[in-house]
Amino acid sequence: MADIDPSIKQYVDQRVQEAIKAAGLVPGVPPRRNRMAIVSSKGSLDMAYMPLILGSTGGAMDMEVAIFFTFYGLQIIHKTGNKKLQVPSIGNPAMKRGAMVVPSIVGMLPGMTAMATMMMKGWMAKEKVPSVPDLLEMCQEAGVKIMACQMSMDVMGIKKEDLIDGVECVGAGTYLGYAAEASITLFI
Amino acid sequence: MSNLKETVKPDQTLDVRGMGCPMPLLKAKKAVETISGGQVLEVVGTDPGSKSDFASWAEKTGNEYLGYTEEPGLFKHYLRKKK
Repeated sequence: MADIDPSIKQYVDQRVQEAIKAAGLVPGVPPRRNRMAIVSSKGSLDMAYMPLILGSTGGAMDMEVAIFFTFYGLQIIHKTGNKKLQVPSIGNPAMKRGAMVVPSIVGMLPGMTAMATMMMKGWMAKEKVPSVPDLLEMCQEAGVKIMACQMSMDVMGIKKEDLIDGVECVGAGTYLGYAAEASITLFI
Repeated sequence: MSNLKETVKPDQTLDVRGMGCPMPLLKAKKAVETISGGQVLEVVGTDPGSKSDFASWAEKTGNEYLGYTEEPGLFKHYLRKKK
């Protein structure tokens, strides 16, 4: 390749640096987009609402959104499992019934998980918050990408056809590639 | 905000009374898609959090949040679709 006149090279470099600065970019760092990348790792009912509410709202706000469901989070996109999500009644010192805090030891009694689940479903119905399957549908309608962790599926014996339609089964690399350009990343 | 009622004529009204987050925003977004640019959507709801949600949504999406009027337990929000 022919040598470039040093003065031209200097001029081009300078203009490139100016353009990078004007665009608000940092050299070597990928551009941040109006994008949100969420990891959803928990399979209880209370932990299912957060990624789905944030995801569907992000879609409504014209953001690109992907939710990566991994480990127990896969239950949220499981065709039958997501209708049976429950609220754990143990290990949750904030759990109350009315003004009374439920003592931790009561949480281990039989039937307490069902009770905690009923309580939460009651609150949600009162506020007319949609069910988990309905929220998922709204996410997909809003263009939210649903990613399932292939490795979790393998170790937990979950097949693609067990999951809702429109799921991409991917690895950590795909999620990270997507998240690297996101302006918001959340781990739930 | 009090003169909003007289100055803004909504082209369409959406009822989200009784609904909590995230439904008012999701429903309003869909309704805005059905009106033309420059038209105004009135959203009648009861969720106090919607005020800042609509403001943030409008800023992100380029639409305009004209504000709200408040009656006891009832909010009327006005959103103008971008042209």
